[in-house]
Amino acid sequence: MDITAKERVEQAPREAAPGVDRLDVTAVNAPETRPLYAAREKVYAKRAFGTFRTVKWAVMAVTLGIYYLLPWMRWDRGPSLSDQAVLIDFPNRRFFFFFLEIWPQEFYFITGLLILAALALFLVTALAGRVWCGYTCPQTVWTDLMIAVERLWQGDRNARMRLDKAPWTFSKIWRKAGTHASWLAISITTGGAFVFYFRDAPTLMAEFIAFDAPSIAYIFVGIFAATTYLLGGIAREQVCIYMCPWPRIQGAMFDQYSLLVSYREWRGEQRGPHKKGESWEGRGDCIDCRQCVAVCPTGIDIRDGAQLECIQCALCIDACNSIMDKIDRPRGLIAYDTIDNLEAESKGKATSLHLLRPRLLLYAALIALVSLIMLVALWNRSVLEVNVLRDRNPLFVELSDGGIRNGYTIKILNKRHESREFRVGTEGLLGATLRIVGFENDTDPTISVPVDELRALRVFVTLPKQNLPSLKGGVADFEIVITDLGDGSTVRNDTTFRSPAK
Amino acid sequence: MARPEIDSVTGVETTGHEWDGIKELNKPLPKWWLWVFYACIIWSIGYWIAMPTWPLVSDFTKGMLGYSQRTVVANSLANARAAQSGFLDKIAASDLAGIKADPALLQFSLAGGAAAFGDNCAPCHGRGAQGAVGYPNLNDDNWLWGGTLDDIHKTLQVGIRSGHEDARDNAMPAFGRDQILEPGQISDVTDFVLSLSGGDANAEAAARGKVIFAEQCAACHGEDGKGSIELGAPNLTDRIWLYGGTRDAITDVIRNSRAGVMPAWKERLPPETIKQLAVFVHSLGGGQ
Repeated sequence: MDITAKERVEQAPREAAPGVDRLDVTAVNAPETRPLYAAREKVYAKRAFGTFRTVKWAVMAVTLGIYYLLPWMRWDRGPSLSDQAVLIDFPNRRFFFFFLEIWPQEFYFITGLLILAALALFLVTALAGRVWCGYTCPQTVWTDLMIAVERLWQGDRNARMRLDKAPWTFSKIWRKAGTHASWLAISITTGGAFVFYFRDAPTLMAEFIAFDAPSIAYIFVGIFAATTYLLGGIAREQVCIYMCPWPRIQGAMFDQYSLLVSYREWRGEQRGPHKKGESWEGRGDCIDCRQCVAVCPTGIDIRDGAQLECIQCALCIDACNSIMDKIDRPRGLIAYDTIDNLEAESKGKATSLHLLRPRLLLYAALIALVSLIMLVALWNRSVLEVNVLRDRNPLFVELSDGGIRNGYTIKILNKRHESREFRVGTEGLLGATLRIVGFENDTDPTISVPVDELRALRVFVTLPKQNLPSLKGGVADFEIVITDLGDGSTVRNDTTFRSPAK
Repeated sequence: MARPEIDSVTGVETTGHEWDGIKELNKPLPKWWLWVFYACIIWSIGYWIAMPTWPLVSDFTKGMLGYSQRTVVANSLANARAAQSGFLDKIAASDLAGIKADPALLQFSLAGGAAAFGDNCAPCHGRGAQGAVGYPNLNDDNWLWGGTLDDIHKTLQVGIRSGHEDARDNAMPAFGRDQILEPGQISDVTDFVLSLSGGDANAEAAARGKVIFAEQCAACHGEDGKGSIELGAPNLTDRIWLYGGTRDAITDVIRNSRAGVMPAWKERLPPETIKQLAVFVHSLGGGQ
């Protein structure tokens, strides 16, 4: 019978190479012991040091910094509007984003942003695998933070393993309690930061302190605190492996030219312990020290090849590089490499990066196209919007003198941050007279629309009997023209005038 | 009890159940599932006590919280009424012109009036108040009993031939059915009425009809046929015909008369609703 990975670990010598310990660790998903249902094996991720770890700390600082601090950023929008730079204002149905103010009917800007985000994700995935998963996914970032806090209270991998096996002494109790208390504090801060995006941050903070914030705020702080604590603190890699759909989509997203975190098998095998003074000829560079497994946050062995559980955080590269330095072998036994290059390297052929692949060019072109469309739409975004709704019941009204009257509802949206005045007129309908409900005694009324508001007007357009024959088939297209009295600009809306078909 | 049998392949004990040589492994439910299940049972006992749960012969257990969907509906209706009361009180206290002048009251009345119109008036006048043959179009500028806010308000309150003591009421004779006029005379009057609004009429017959019109019809409709709002007599010179403007339709009305009925809403609807309806109908475009 074959020996299992666990047994192999237990039977192996304690030293991988002079000065390098062999760690007592196996991949949680080792192929020899992979049943249909696997009970969770706790992953004690060891701390890694190196380039990628530094990059990950930086990414964590930036992303968390943005998340926690953005709601507190101010942006001046005049006296009657919120001065929060990013605010999702549900009660007033507005989304404020720095210079942008998006009304519900402009939701396509959000759609555009989401499409851009999806395309960017496709592009980086095709370029360098699961960069999103490994560096910026909130699950990864918060899990990383939770593990760092855990390490602060309970020490690194070995200390944590010892502590878990130890009886419940006072020291164990306060270390564990401290860990969970810190996690809860982080979780509540996370939930708290979330609700600040939906209500003026300083106001809400004052309300929180006085315990009179809206109940929905407390509910959402609770929901987000609970999910942060559960997903980031407790579930961790289980979320990536079992809950997230993204690993399943990966297979279609990258190809043999994508840069993936890979173990260079051609260089590493045959692996085995290395004794002092032993020649490196005829054997691989891998000393089977299992540092790469120990630092892995999902607890896998990168040497088993590309696998679903790998979030490509590159910490194994850091771990392996530091060992290679120690045993005086070149770095890069584990590195970002493409499947195609791995094969070429193993055959001793030249390697190359295929950056101009159709897939990458297509993604880049689509990103450019969508960005362009968004920019044009933003550039032409009107700060005055007029909608004309024609009455449908009745379609027209016959008057006692034989004239025909049509009714319209005109909605004027003033998206400027100042009050504006307008004049309503018609163009292209000979002999038409216009009457606005509420302004019956005024032949040419001035309509004022307050800051950031919508005003609906009922408007009647009447055509006298002698002008009716000019309508072809009883229908005529004409324009309702809204003139801004402030700057003279106009907005024209096409609509129709209907009469009984003759 | 015998020791449970251990399955030789998996090393798991069996339940002892066997079908055609196939044995069932004893795989208990996951613990978390079981605990959720027990928690649900405990919850349900609390629910029986707190909420209406068990059907009895002619009744049901009420539960300690006294929850009832009927009460919830009644409460939400009362809340809605309370939320509207500020507006309704102002409408009750204000006259019609005052309502129209106050933008907030006007908007509230238009919305409330539209809802009340849909509930009470639309069956005859149509959803868009466009009317039908025999039921006036309320959008146009033609009013049998007057189109000012106060006229409309009064018509709404007392109705037309409704039986209300102050009802708007009149009666046109059935000139043919009651044998007041000969068929030939009716035909002549029809020609004259058609000629009033520029219709297709025989000039000779119309001239004969004019004489009969002056004798029989002018008392209400006026010498010139322009009608009278005081009497509720329609204007015959315009383009709007309640019962149709064709020769046949006009002849039919002269022969048999017509008398449409509208209920008096005073006893049916609260005064604030009638005021809202008056403002709404007046705003449809024909209000004077």
